[in-house]
Amino acid sequence: MKSNYSIVGEESQKLSVFKKIGILIFILGLTGLIELIRISIIDKMKFEDIEHYEWYIFGSFGLQLLGTFLFTYDRHHFSIKSAYLKYSNKIQKIGLAISTLGFGVFSLAWAGLITSNHTLFLWLSMGLMGIGTMTYTYGSYAGHLKGIKNNYVMFNSLTSRGILGWIAGIVLTLFYIQIYWFPESLESLIRLFDPLAYLFTGAAAGQWFVYGTVYTFLIFFLGIKFIYKYRHNRYQIIRTISVIFFQIVFAYAIPHILEAFNDYQGYFAKDLKNIWPLNYGFVESYQLDAMQNNGVSGTFYFVWGLVLFLIITPFLTYLVGKRWYCSWVCGCGGLAETAGDSFRHLSSKKESSWKIERWVIHLVMVFVLVMTVGALWPYFSGKEFELGFMTIDQKGFFYTFATLLSLSGIGLGILFFKRKHNMLLIGALLLFALLGFLTWAYLSFDPKIKVKDQVNMYTLKAMTKSSVFYSYMVLILVVSGGLFFFWRRKKKVLLLIAAIAVLVLAGLLTWSFIEGAEEVFSFKSKSIKKSYGFLIGAAFAGVIGVGFYPLLGNRVWCRFGCPMAGYMGLFQRFKSRFRITTNGAQCISCGNCSTYCEQGIDVRAYAQKGENIVRASCVGCGVCSAVCPRGVLKLENGPEEGRFDSNPLIVTKDGVKLN
Amino acid sequence: MIVIIGNGISGVTAARNIRKKSDDAITIISSESKYFFSRTALMYVYMGHMTFEHTQPYEPHFWEKNRIELLQNHVESIESNKKELRFSDGSKMKYDSLIIATGSKPNKFGWKGQDSKRVHGMYSKQDLENIEKSTKGIASAVIVGGGLIGIELAEMLLTRNIEVHFLVRDNGFWSEVLPSQDSQLIMDHLEKHHGLRMYYETELDEVVTNENDEAIGVITKAGRKIECQFVGLTAGVSPNIAVIEGSSIESNRGILVDRFLRTSEADIYAIGDCAEFREPLPGRRPIEQVWYTGKFMGEVVSETITGSPRQYNPGHWFNSAKFFEIEYQTYGDVRAILAEDEEEFVYRHATEDVLLHFVFEKESHKFIGINNFGIRMRHPVFNDWLLNNATIEEVLSNLKSANFDPEFYTKYESEVVAEFNQKFGASVAVNAPKWWQKIISH
Repeated sequence: MKSNYSIVGEESQKLSVFKKIGILIFILGLTGLIELIRISIIDKMKFEDIEHYEWYIFGSFGLQLLGTFLFTYDRHHFSIKSAYLKYSNKIQKIGLAISTLGFGVFSLAWAGLITSNHTLFLWLSMGLMGIGTMTYTYGSYAGHLKGIKNNYVMFNSLTSRGILGWIAGIVLTLFYIQIYWFPESLESLIRLFDPLAYLFTGAAAGQWFVYGTVYTFLIFFLGIKFIYKYRHNRYQIIRTISVIFFQIVFAYAIPHILEAFNDYQGYFAKDLKNIWPLNYGFVESYQLDAMQNNGVSGTFYFVWGLVLFLIITPFLTYLVGKRWYCSWVCGCGGLAETAGDSFRHLSSKKESSWKIERWVIHLVMVFVLVMTVGALWPYFSGKEFELGFMTIDQKGFFYTFATLLSLSGIGLGILFFKRKHNMLLIGALLLFALLGFLTWAYLSFDPKIKVKDQVNMYTLKAMTKSSVFYSYMVLILVVSGGLFFFWRRKKKVLLLIAAIAVLVLAGLLTWSFIEGAEEVFSFKSKSIKKSYGFLIGAAFAGVIGVGFYPLLGNRVWCRFGCPMAGYMGLFQRFKSRFRITTNGAQCISCGNCSTYCEQGIDVRAYAQKGENIVRASCVGCGVCSAVCPRGVLKLENGPEEGRFDSNPLIVTKDGVKLN
Repeated sequence: MIVIIGNGISGVTAARNIRKKSDDAITIISSESKYFFSRTALMYVYMGHMTFEHTQPYEPHFWEKNRIELLQNHVESIESNKKELRFSDGSKMKYDSLIIATGSKPNKFGWKGQDSKRVHGMYSKQDLENIEKSTKGIASAVIVGGGLIGIELAEMLLTRNIEVHFLVRDNGFWSEVLPSQDSQLIMDHLEKHHGLRMYYETELDEVVTNENDEAIGVITKAGRKIECQFVGLTAGVSPNIAVIEGSSIESNRGILVDRFLRTSEADIYAIGDCAEFREPLPGRRPIEQVWYTGKFMGEVVSETITGSPRQYNPGHWFNSAKFFEIEYQTYGDVRAILAEDEEEFVYRHATEDVLLHFVFEKESHKFIGINNFGIRMRHPVFNDWLLNNATIEEVLSNLKSANFDPEFYTKYESEVVAEFNQKFGASVAVNAPKWWQKIISH
């Protein structure tokens, strides 16, 4: 048997070829999903009607799993006989056995092998899993004094990306794929939950009832495990009781009780704590209709939604940081903190991950904003909203093209002006700009130019539109990149990016002109909504967000994707009383805080310098403070003054600082 | 060219701070590991809380970005007249300034069998690797020496279900540092751990070995035999100064330095655990072997080397540790034995592992120091009190403002102050803002 334990990796921290290939394969997987969206938009097809639909889905997520595997390969071990079993005691083993039995029953239903006696098998499976989890919890922590319990985390196959971890990751991913896109394949599992559904709602179970039940079950039982594990820490106990309460009452009980009285509005429909933009369904027209037509309760839901987003969220985030939501109330956070607790250390703490995090989460915020405008526009204007470029005739085209040409010429000219070594290039560019300007001037003096016949955009070849689709994607990336660098005040790069964006735009216009298109490219609001729901709502928040718990950590969605977290993060970073205080100079750089930060914040980097931690992404779980062996970290709300200051402790009378 | 021997916290702090002030080439040499890691975290690697990479505070690009050269090699000798280092592989290297930051090594007191197999200290990365190999699948171990490293090693071994026999020379745990009440708290806590057997007033006589020169047991000075498959030697550490052997650098137990951390040779400095002050600072030891003093010396030497010479003048003493589940912090001077002119006040909770040990001047009531167990206290607040000569009454009445426990934790201040008032016939009142005042005001 190969040892589970090794002190490896001094030299393994650099990006190997292996890892680079992993990243490429992961991106290829993402492209598969985008391709699916493209086909669906351009050919105006439902996802499920697209040829080889299932291959796209399974292929894409399969590639993402493979990419993740290659990327994380050197950090895990594949010994089947993990240290977990070696060091687990009898009670733990009994608990594991009971849970496995319960999951076995669940799997039988999943595999379609249970077709009758649903009541019996449902209680058998959930009951055994519940009892098993509690037994395991008791075995794990009862014999030990209260305190931090992280022994064997890095040896355990399940929690260190070993074989068990990978099995768990693949099973979870499969479950999510089925529930989102192939619910009919879960038919017999859904029927297993019928008895419970009749009890609550008086109707047969649907896929989302099963999902909600399993979700709540996990938060409840693994929440109790979490509380018992952290029984010495009252912050953890109270916060976990809070997430369990909000899940059971607000996310599960109230919506299902209301459902029994009312028309069903979808699983998220009446979860009063589910806030836009996390709850992007809030602006769906059927939701808005429901709110409008349901009298007092509908109006209440609408007003409550607005108040939550506009007043309560900023105010509470100002007072105590975004933790009030992310680790006290939110359902996604609730699952992450309870079921995901065993995987919190798997988040990447690299500086490069932080960079990716800022890009991705802010792009999702832009996406949700566009989606929302797209959803609200037709609702209030009565017309379908389209996001795209102008209808073009010949004159308009020349105007636009000339303008863009001038702008890009000027942009590039300014950019290279300071590089004195290439006067020829500058000259050429200035000439280029001048020509553009002259064209524009000439055209504006000749209003009698012929107008090209309008051509219906639907006659366009699909091929052309696909190319335009991807050009458009590139454009979005380039423009957002430009904004990012503008924010960083790198003016040269900004200009370069702006010039490239303008050139791409000019290219697009040319292309569509040659093709005789009336519109360059347009997204209908429905398509935007559909893309968001598919790519962000399901693939990101669901499959990668939870399915990949044992592979990438428990807060991937909350860290990289959630627009609600992004929104609160802006307050937390710029206008809030919350911070994690570093206790003077007591830090010994051990790294427990960074290791167990589920959001991948390198807490130690701040603590060892004596700096407070003020980060947009911190969800305030308080685990860094809990695992610190020297009492260095404390989550605090306090005056805004001096919140950011690097204030290493002055330890001597002559003012020497220690940092 | 500034060369630093040793990439522990002292050497790395020196390098980082020199880089902030200077563009000189900097090289850090270590034979232990290429990248800096936190030595204090090695125990967590053994217990499975972290991987070894997690103990490294900086990513590899940090060193490239800051142009700090890392060299994994072993320095054999220093030729101070030629300003040259010789490595064990025969190569040489020139320096302009040299900082020696070679740290400590575990103490061995000439016990028979001390260098046998399955007998290790717990200091370096290599020690950890050896312990990992030697303790795989064994049933019992003996630890010699009741200090901070010994108790960490005990905690480590217990997580692998190894029975631990812990030999402590004195009649209490870490009693050369902790006052008896504090020591008693830890001893009571140790009793609660299954598989841990304490032997106080017990000293090692020899390590018993088998025909393969592997440890199979120990014999104590009282003649008691204890069988085991591993012996951990944790009877303190002493400066690791092998590197200066054969050079003209003066040494005693450590490398002798003045208050500017200069050795007897020009342009050679010594910092951290391996340095020994010719004239110790008032009230402090000549050799200071804790994380914080190493860090501080690294900063001080960086100023001297970059042209603004500064004396080592640390402020008030502070330290911290964790004894199994009990967190310990100390601010100011709490000594094992109370001085003539000192008074103490000890609060110990009836059931929880919580203890506060205050020391103050008998006459003036000036606050001298605190040992706090099971409650976290704010360093800046206590440091201010010490700098400003606060009285014990001031400290107690504002104790809540020094509390650093996580939110919602049980607060003991009122009980502490009430007990003080009763004991000393005082009438100290507790000042503290309400929870809602803390949310909305300063």
